[in-house]
Amino acid sequence: MATVKEQTQKTYRLKKRRWGMVVDEDRCTGCEACVLACHAENNIAIVGEGQAVRGRAMHWIRVERYYEGKFPDVKVKYQPVFCQQCGDAPCEVVCPTYASYHNAEGLNAQVYNRCIGTRYCANACPYDDRFFNFENPSWDKPLNLQLNPDVSVRSVGIMEKCTFCIQRIKAAEMNAEAAKRQLADGEFNPACVQSCPTEALVFGDLDDPESKVSRLAGSNRGSKLLEDLGTKPSVTYLRRGTWYDEQNT
Amino acid sequence: MMNKTPEQINQDLLLPLNSTSWRYYVAVAALGSLVIMGLCAWGYQLDNGIGVSGLDRPVFWGVYITDFVFWIGISHAGTLISAILRVSNAKWRRPVTRCAEAITVFSLLIAATFPVIHLGRPWLFFWLIPYPSERGIWPQFRSPLLWDFFAINTYLIGSFSFLLLPSFPDFALVRDRSTGWRRRIYSIVSLGWRGTPKQWHRLEMAMRIMAVAIIPVAVSVHTIVSWDFAMAPVPGWHSTIFGPYFVAGAIFSGIAALIIAMAVLRKLLHLEEYLEPIHFDHLGKLLLAMSLIWFYFVFAESLTIWYGNEPSEMTVFWVTRSGQFSWLFWTMVICNVIIPAPILSVKRLRSKIGWTVVASIPVIVGMWLERFLIVVPSLSHGRLPYAHGGYRPSWVEIAITVGSFAAMPLLYLLFIKVVPIISIWELKLGQHEKPAEAPATVPGIAESVPASGR
Repeated sequence: MATVKEQTQKTYRLKKRRWGMVVDEDRCTGCEACVLACHAENNIAIVGEGQAVRGRAMHWIRVERYYEGKFPDVKVKYQPVFCQQCGDAPCEVVCPTYASYHNAEGLNAQVYNRCIGTRYCANACPYDDRFFNFENPSWDKPLNLQLNPDVSVRSVGIMEKCTFCIQRIKAAEMNAEAAKRQLADGEFNPACVQSCPTEALVFGDLDDPESKVSRLAGSNRGSKLLEDLGTKPSVTYLRRGTWYDEQNT
Repeated sequence: MMNKTPEQINQDLLLPLNSTSWRYYVAVAALGSLVIMGLCAWGYQLDNGIGVSGLDRPVFWGVYITDFVFWIGISHAGTLISAILRVSNAKWRRPVTRCAEAITVFSLLIAATFPVIHLGRPWLFFWLIPYPSERGIWPQFRSPLLWDFFAINTYLIGSFSFLLLPSFPDFALVRDRSTGWRRRIYSIVSLGWRGTPKQWHRLEMAMRIMAVAIIPVAVSVHTIVSWDFAMAPVPGWHSTIFGPYFVAGAIFSGIAALIIAMAVLRKLLHLEEYLEPIHFDHLGKLLLAMSLIWFYFVFAESLTIWYGNEPSEMTVFWVTRSGQFSWLFWTMVICNVIIPAPILSVKRLRSKIGWTVVASIPVIVGMWLERFLIVVPSLSHGRLPYAHGGYRPSWVEIAITVGSFAAMPLLYLLFIKVVPIISIWELKLGQHEKPAEAPATVPGIAESVPASGR
C-alpha cells in the first residue's frame, strides 16, 4: 500500500516548479488592462466609490505611478505591483491558522475557508498586496452573471490576494497530466499577463532554465522590489538604469 | 497600621458586602448602560461586518488592537505588583494586594475580548485552540498571535488563582458571619476552609509558589504582546527593544490604574484608615520610577531610529514627531512624563492622595495614546509610499472602547459586593507581627507608623 506521502504526490503531482514573473517597466504603458483582467478573472469585489475613498479598494494588481522631474519635463514611471510570491514570505509565518501558507510550487497560497480575519498577514506584507473584504461583495445585475465559476467568491472578513491565477495553473497541469505530457513554457498565462498589450509581463517556471521568464529574470536590467528585506520575491522588475545606459550608449 | 481590634476590622471591611446605598445602584446602572451600549455596537458590527469600523488598507489594525494592548498593560498593575511585593515581603502591601489582583483579572477579561472583536470572522476564533480536528489541521505555532493566545490564557488562569487563593479564608469569614442562602454560597466557595494549621500551611506554600511563578508569566505576557508587532517587518515595529519597552509601559499604566482604583475605593467604601497616604506615597514612588524608565525607552528607541536614518523608519519617525500624529505624540509625552514626574518627585505632593491621582490620570491617557501611536502610524506609512493611507476610528470603535472603559469599574463594583476588597486575614496577620520583625529597610513605614500602633 502506498504511503500517505506517495498518495499525496500522486494526487497532486508535487513537481519541482517555481512560478515566477518578470515585469518590464520599460514596456509598461500604464494602460491598466491587467487590473481589469484580474478583476474579471478572479471575481474581485468592486467596492464602490464610497468604500474606495476610505481606502478599501481591492485590486490584486495595481499600477503605481511615479513622476520624475519637474513640469513640463516630466517622466512618468509605471510600476505594476502585485503579490511578489515571496520565497520567504513574512505573511505566511504570522497567520495563526495556516490560511496563508507556502504551496509546493513556491506560491503564497491563501485558503479562504481557513481565514479568520486577523489581518496580521496584511500588516506583515511589505508590499501592501493583501486585500481584506470589509464588506460582503455584490455585483450589480447583470454583472453577477459574469463571475468566474473556477474562483470562489470571498465573503466579508476574509483576506485575499493575487494567486498567480492558481485556477489556471491547476487546470493546465491537469490537462497536461491527462495528456501524459510535460507543461510547455507559455502554454497558459495568468489573466494579467494574457491581457498585457505590450508584453510587459512574462510568466513561467523559474526553475526551468530554458523558459522565457528565467532568461529574462537573469537580465542585468533586473532587480527585485524591497529585495533587502530578504523576502526572496519571485517577481523581477526590469528597468533601464544608469549603469545600463552607460554600457549601451 | 491603625489601632483596630480584629472585630472592628471585620465590621469595617465586610460592610460593603452587607449594606448597599442608592448611589451604588445609580453607579451600576450608569456603567451598565455604557457597557450595554458597547455590546450593542459590537452586535451591530457582528451583523454588518468589520467594515463598520474605520479600518482600511493599509491600516488593518486600529483602535481594537490599541485597546487590547492597553488593557493587557493595565493588567500588569495587579498580579505582578502584588507578587513582587509579596516576594520582597513589603509590609505595606497588605491592604493593596487584593485591589491590585482584581484589576488584573478584570482587565485581562476585557483585553481578551478585543482580539475576538477585532477578527474578520469572530465566530471562528476557536481555530486558535490546538484541538485535534478530524481534518488534522493545527494552528500555526510560528505565529506570534498563537503565542499570544497561550500567554494570555496562562496569565488569566494564573492571576485568577492568585486572586482566589488568598480569598478562601475571607470567604470562610463571610460564611461564618452570614445566614441563609449567602451562607450556603460562601460555604461552597470557601472550599471547606476551617483555619486548621495544616490549611494555613498549605495556603502559605501555595501563595509562595504562585508569587514566584506568576512574575515570569506576567513579564512574558506583555513581551509576547509586543512581539505581535516586533516580529513583523514593519517600519517602527521591527525592534528588539519592544519586549522590555512594553513590559515597562504596562507596569507604568498598571500602577496608575491601581492608584486611581485605590483612591476611588477609599472614598466609596470609607477605607480611609486602611488605605493610608503612605500606600499612595509608595505607589507614587514606583510610578515615578516607571515614568522615568518609560521615558528612557522612548528616548533610546527614538535616538536609535534617528541615527540609523533608514528611509522607511524615518518616514514613521517624522510623521509621529512632527507630522499628522505629532499632536498625539507630544500629548503622550506630556501625559506620561511632564505632568506626573515633577508631581511625584516632590515628597510633599506625593504624600497627598489627591496629587498622586492627578499624576495618575494623565498616565492612563498617555499610555493609551502610546499604544495607538505604535499601531497606526507604522501601518499607515509602510515601505511603499504608493500604498500610504490614513485612519479615522468610526463610532462603533469608539462606542466599544467606551464600553470597555465602563466595564472595568462595573466589574469592580460588582466584585466589592461579593469579596472583601482588602484581604482581611492578611491585614490582621500584619497587625500581629512584632515590630522587630519589620525590616529596617522600609523606612517609609517605620517613620509613618507610631510604635504603639503595632
